[in-house]
Amino acid sequence: MKEIRIHGRGGQGSVTAAELLAVAAFEDGKYSQAFPAFGVERRGAPVTAFVRIDDKPIRLRSQIYEPDYVVVQDATLVDVVNIAAGAKPDGFILINTEKSPDSFNFNTKAIVKTLDATKLAMDIIGKPIVNTILAGAFAGVSGLINPESIKNAVMERFPGKVGEKNCQAIQTAYDLMEAQR
Amino acid sequence: MRKNMVVVEGSYAVAHAVKVCRPNVISAYPITPQTHIVEDLAQFVADGEMNCEYINVESEFSAISALIGASATGARTYSSTTSQGLALMHEALFNASGMRLPIVMTVVNRALSAPINIWNDQQDSISQRDTGWIQLYAEDVQESADMTPQIYKLAEDEDVLLPAMSCMDGFILSHVYEPVILLEQSLTDEFLPAYDPEFVLDTKNPMSFGAFADPSTYTEFRYKQEKAMGVALEKIEKIANEFKDIYGRYYGGLIDGYVLDDAEIVIMAMGSIIGTVKDTIDELRTEGESVGLLKVRSFRPFPTEAIRKALKNAKVVITLDKNISIGKNEGALCTEVKACLHNTDNRVPVIGFMLGHGGRDIPINIIKKIINKAKLVEKGIFIESEFADLREDLA
Repeated sequence: MKEIRIHGRGGQGSVTAAELLAVAAFEDGKYSQAFPAFGVERRGAPVTAFVRIDDKPIRLRSQIYEPDYVVVQDATLVDVVNIAAGAKPDGFILINTEKSPDSFNFNTKAIVKTLDATKLAMDIIGKPIVNTILAGAFAGVSGLINPESIKNAVMERFPGKVGEKNCQAIQTAYDLMEAQR
Repeated sequence: MRKNMVVVEGSYAVAHAVKVCRPNVISAYPITPQTHIVEDLAQFVADGEMNCEYINVESEFSAISALIGASATGARTYSSTTSQGLALMHEALFNASGMRLPIVMTVVNRALSAPINIWNDQQDSISQRDTGWIQLYAEDVQESADMTPQIYKLAEDEDVLLPAMSCMDGFILSHVYEPVILLEQSLTDEFLPAYDPEFVLDTKNPMSFGAFADPSTYTEFRYKQEKAMGVALEKIEKIANEFKDIYGRYYGGLIDGYVLDDAEIVIMAMGSIIGTVKDTIDELRTEGESVGLLKVRSFRPFPTEAIRKALKNAKVVITLDKNISIGKNEGALCTEVKACLHNTDNRVPVIGFMLGHGGRDIPINIIKKIINKAKLVEKGIFIESEFADLREDLA
C-alpha cells in the first residue's frame, strides 16, 4: 500500500486533488481511498487530505501518519505545519514553490522535489489553481499513476475548456517531473 | 465485480441508493456531515431524476414530523440527519415507532455538543436506543449504500412495520471516496417490493393514528412493538441473504465474524472501525496471536442469541464503543454484551474500551494497545471499562 498526504489551504482544492488521484489510481487497475482530514473548512486555513493506493481493497480508516509521499500545495505552509512529519525515508516531499529543493531543510531522509506549479497554472490555465498540476507532477515523480488516468478523471470532473487546459498543464507538469525521476 | 465499480463519495453512493429505492417523500434539514446526502437528493429531485416530494423544512423536528404524516398516508419516506439534529427529533422518534411507521433515516454519526464538535462518534444514534427504531451499523461505503434497500425491506415488512436508522460514521464514511458499485435500479426494483400498508390515512376511510391509549391498552402497544422487533431479528438475516442472491454482496445479517471460530480474543465493534480492526487482526495473526472480530451490524434489535453463540469459545471479549453512558463509565455495546451473557454459563471476561470520541482518530496501534491491555486479564489484572485513547497531558 502507498500512502499520500496532501497539504494545502482551504479553497486550493486539496480534497479534489486527493479525489482525482484516487479516481485515476482506480482507473489504473488499483484500489484507492481518498478522504479529507475533516477540518472546519475555512478559506485559507491549513487543510490536509489523504490518499491510499493498493493492489487489494482498502479497509484501513485511520489517518496517514507515515506517508510514502507528501504533496504541499502552498509553500507558506512549511512554516506553519510540520509537513515532513512521519515521511518515509525512501519517499518524497513535493512542494509547489519557485525555490529549489536544497532551500528546504526538513528533518527527514525523504527527498524534496519542487515545482513552480503556480507559475505553470498562471501560464497555462490563467488562474493560480495548482491542484490538478500537482496531481500530474505527483504522477511524474512517483511513477505510481498514469497521467492519462488523471486527465480522464479531470475531464470527467471538469468537462470542456476548463478540463482541457488543466490536462495540458497536467501533462507539462508530468513531463517536467518525470524527467527528474 | 471491479468492472462495475466507480470511485465516488460515500454520501453520493448513499443518496444514489436512496434514489433507486424510489421514496415518495423526503424531508430533511441539512447538517454537517449529513449535508452531501441531502444535497445530492435535492439535486436528483430538481433534475427530475426522482419522482418524489422533497419537503424543505426549518428544523429536524419538522422533518421527522412531516415524514410521520407522509408515512401514515402510505408513502415511502426518507430522511437523514446527525448529532444535534437527531437529538432534536427525539420526541417525534417515539411517535414514529409507536404509530408503526416504517420511516427510513440515514444517521451520519457525529458527536454531540457541548463542547461543539462536528466529527464522528456514535453517541447520537446510541442515545436514541430506546425510541423503538431499528438500528443497523455499516462498515464501509458499499455496505452503507446496500443497507438502504435492505432496511426499507425490513422496516416495511408487514410483520415488522418499525422505523429504521441506517447508521454510517460521519466523515469517515460520508466523505471518503472509494470504489463502490452504485445500486442498479433494475435489481433494486426486483429486491424491494412497493410499500403497500394495510392501514393508511385516507379521507375515504378515516382513521386515527397514535390516538389515546389509557392504562387498559397502552402496555400492549409496547408489547407489540417489542414483538415486531423480534420479527425483525429473524428477518434481518433472511433479507441479507435475499440481497446476496440478487446483488451478490453480503455483510452478515445481525452479526458477522472475521477469523472468529478459533479466536481466543474476540473484539466486538460497530461501524467504520471494523476495517481498521480487520487490518490489525491480520497483522497480529501473522505474529501468532489468536484474535478475531465479531462485528455487530444490528444494535436494535439486539442479537442476544447470535452473540451468545458466537462468543462460546472466546477467552476474552473486548468491546469497542464510540459512545459513553456517563455515570456508568461504559459504552452501550459493552453494557449490552455483558447483560446478554449474564444468564448463561459463559463467564468470559468482557472488557470495555471507549475510543474515537468527537472524531479522535483510531490508528492500528490503539487497537493493539487495547488488545495488550485486555490480555492482562490472563495475569489476573482485570479492567472493567476505560477510555482507550485519552491524552495524558489533558486528562
